[in-house]
This record gives sequence, C-alpha cells and structure tokens, in this order.
Amino acid sequence: MPAPEWDVVVVGAGPAGASAALVLARAGRRVALVERGPFPGSKNMYGGVVYGRVLDDLVPRWWEQVPLQRWITRRQTMVLTAGQALNIDYRTDAWAREPYNGCTTFRPDFDGWLAGLAEEAGATLVCGTTVTGLRRDGAGRIDAVRTDRGDMGAGLVIACDGVNSFLAKEAGLHGGDDPDHVTLGVKEVLGFPRRVIDERFGVRGDDGVDIEILGCTGAVPGGGFVYTNAESVSVGVVLQLSALAASRLRPETFIADLKAHPALAPLVEGGDVKEYSAHLIPEGGYDHMPEIVGDRLLVAGDAAGLCLAAGIWLEGVNFAIGSGAAAGETAHEALAAGDTTARGLKGYRRRLSSSFVLKDHRKLRRAPHFVLSDRVQNHYPQLACDLVEQLFTVENPRPKKGGIAAARAALRHSDLRLREIARDAWTAMRTFT
Amino acid sequence: MTAITGIDFEDRMATVEFRVGDRAHITVDGDTCRGCTTRECVTACPANLFVPTADGGILFNYEQCFECGTCYMVCNQEGAITWTYPDGGHGVVFRRS
Repeated sequence: MPAPEWDVVVVGAGPAGASAALVLARAGRRVALVERGPFPGSKNMYGGVVYGRVLDDLVPRWWEQVPLQRWITRRQTMVLTAGQALNIDYRTDAWAREPYNGCTTFRPDFDGWLAGLAEEAGATLVCGTTVTGLRRDGAGRIDAVRTDRGDMGAGLVIACDGVNSFLAKEAGLHGGDDPDHVTLGVKEVLGFPRRVIDERFGVRGDDGVDIEILGCTGAVPGGGFVYTNAESVSVGVVLQLSALAASRLRPETFIADLKAHPALAPLVEGGDVKEYSAHLIPEGGYDHMPEIVGDRLLVAGDAAGLCLAAGIWLEGVNFAIGSGAAAGETAHEALAAGDTTARGLKGYRRRLSSSFVLKDHRKLRRAPHFVLSDRVQNHYPQLACDLVEQLFTVENPRPKKGGIAAARAALRHSDLRLREIARDAWTAMRTFT
Repeated sequence: MTAITGIDFEDRMATVEFRVGDRAHITVDGDTCRGCTTRECVTACPANLFVPTADGGILFNYEQCFECGTCYMVCNQEGAITWTYPDGGHGVVFRRS
C-alpha cells in the first residue's frame, strides 16, 4: 500500500490544531493544517483572555512574541443585581512581569501566530479549504479527509474543527446536539483611546483588566465579561442556549443591559462598536464530553468539549493547546509504532488524564450545572449584595447591626432557606476545592 | 431596537466582514417552518437572519451568518434547517474577536 499524501491531516487551525501540527512538524511528520477561513482565527471568537502557562514548554519565552493586547494584571469577579454590584478586585505585580499569567489578544492575531510557528516547524498550512467529511477505504478505515478542493490522503486525522465538530459527529463519537450544554457567547469590541482605558480601568502601559460577572443575564443562566485590549474594550455575555431560545429575547439585548448597568456604564459608555461577534461554547464539562479517540482519529479542543466555563474560571484556549499538543504527541507515537487504531491511540486519553486538561475538567465536573443553577445565578448575587449593603449602610442614630444580624436581615429579604444554603456551600466546597 | 442596544442592528452587522459565497451554506425548508409554533431561531440567531413572513413561513438570509450553529441547535423541527459550512475562504471573517 502506498504511503498516504500526509502522515497526519489536522482539521482546523485554531489553537488546538496549530498545537497538534506544531508538535507533529517538530517530530518530523508530514502534517497538513487545514483551515476553512481565509486565515487562522478568522472564524474564531472568544471572551478575550489566553492563559499562557500551557505554552511554556511548547514555545519557550512565548511572552516575547505573543501578539499582545494587554497583560492581565487586575482580575475582578463581580456580582450584580439590577441596582447593586459587589466586586472583588485583585491586582498583583507578579502578573505584570515574566513569566506572566494571561493576556488579552485577538484570535486572528493569536491563532495566526501559533499556526505560523507550526509552519516554521515544517507543517503545511492550507487555508480557504473546508473539510466536508471523512473518506474511508474498502475496509472502512479513514484514509483521507474530503474537502471542497479535493481529497487529502491521511494516515491519521486530528479533528480540531470546533464546537460543532461535524467530523466527530460523522465518526459517531459525538452523542448528539444538546442546547442544554451549550452556551452562546456574544461580544462587542468597543473602541477607545488608550488613555481613556487606562484612566477608566486604573491601569498603565500594557497592564489590563479582566472582569467576570455573575447575575447580569436575568432569566437566562449565563454570565458576562469585560476585558481591556490595547485600544478597545471587549464586552460580552454567555447565555445558556436552550434558556435563551425559550426566553424569546435577542442575544444582543443582554450586552446592552450589561453596558447600561450603573456599575459598568461608566467603564464602557461612549465607545463605538468596532466589531460584533458570536460563537457557541461547549459548556457541559467533563460529564458531557464526546468520545475523543477513534480508529485513525483524535479529537481535540472545543470539538472535544474541552472548555471550562465554571463561574470564576473561564478558560478554553489553554485546554485547546494542551489537548492539541497531546493529540500530536499521541499521533506521532502511534505512527512510529505502526498502530493507528483506537487501541493504538488510547494513550491520548491517558495523556490528558494525567495533565491539567482532564484533571481540571474532572475536578470541576459539577461546576457548570452548579454555576448555571437558579440559586447561583439569581438568589446568591442578591443575598451577597444585600449582606454587604446591610453591613456598610450607616443607620445612625441606630447602632450598627453586627455580622449575624446583618446576615439575618439579608436572609429575610431572600427566598433562600438556610438548609439550601448549607447544601450549596457543601456543593461549592466539593466543586471548587 | 436602537433605543435598547444603542446601535441599529444593520450598523451592528456592518462592523463585521463577510466574504459572501455563491452557495447558500444553510437552507431552510419553508414548509416545515410553517408548521412550527415555537420559532426559536427567530430570536436566538445572533445575526438576526430568520425573518417570519406574512404567510407563516420563515425567510432566511445566509449572507451575514456567523456560522455559529445556534439555529440548528435550537431548532426542534427535524429537517427544517440544512446546515453546512461555507465553501473555503468564504463567510464571516473576524478581525478583533
């Protein structure tokens, strides 16, 4: 049997695909990285922050070349009700210097940079080419991907084709579409002069702010975010898809509500919309992942459901890079061993299980359900804001309440029962610690 | 809508680059849609591409599609939406996403 045109065809030049191609090219494999957009990242959209630790091994001193908007040096977790806001604001010098923690960057820039590294290492980047399916030989084994520009022969396929992953679905690895475990992200990028961003957000130079927000999406479970870029601010929401559809509300109205909130309006008012964008996010977590290994097939990144949208953590690009690199390593070893069946590729799952990729997903497996629950979405933001309001409202000549009395007063105002709170505190402890 | 979101929807979509291909990558079966009472696609589509018509059908315009997948995910009518990606190089082109 003649050797296939490519040892490996990687479908999708996002961070998962580019990382897989980078690893394979460095190992000397003939690898094609196929992208349906005119350039990498052109179809991709996210909140706005890449956490870089995962890049340390793959791209030493990545911070010297990453296409930076701003380093995240301040991180805020904000809880809102209609007229209240409770904000935890953390700033550290440690995130403003090497090796840095995370940065804002635009996906066309970041994904293009990472795919460029794969190209430099010897991978062949093929843009403007849509993969339409998997081709199988007489024995039913995958032997090529079909594209709108012809078939590409492949010894093995790595599907990094995103949240909709038609390849994983075609291969029967995906359990089916479930709008209960998918969220829709919508975002506006608002233009401002650098100086205005520095003043409004309290930062200087390349320093930037990441604000993650709970309690801002009304009847639809979800969350919001505000991120500073160099000369723009990204404002957006993530919305549980089935609840959004049932609500009959349009997604962009949630961004409008967030921008109009009295705690956020002073930060974002007056900016022109430079770009509006939308994308789905796989939010089911560990318990709703598809199968990620098939005969001659590996699945990575969003296609594998690897995304952590767990309240105080919103991460995806790092899991894409981690899983993509692991898929590349596994593919290389399987090709060397001459066994690219699912059995020969089962090291992929093992690799992910022993890395942060599946460890984090397993540890936080209860988080998506918990964070999107009605109590966390609506009742606790109200309770937390009321409690702080009770503590800090000065009611002279009445004497101060003290913590327990303030808590009692806040609880009276809430629909929550102590028993529920105790149960949720236990769940939160099991989930997040 | 402008009063609520601060920007006209047409202006909002004008901030996004689309390289429109000749082939409609998504097609909607009007007959199936006529029998649909929920029409979740109409409000959920972030690009507002599904427009109810006077005769009870749905008009769909593929040209300004984000290719996100929302419509087929929320659709509960088997076979109403045929969904593929645009041909290579076509469709939405994000720049600051």
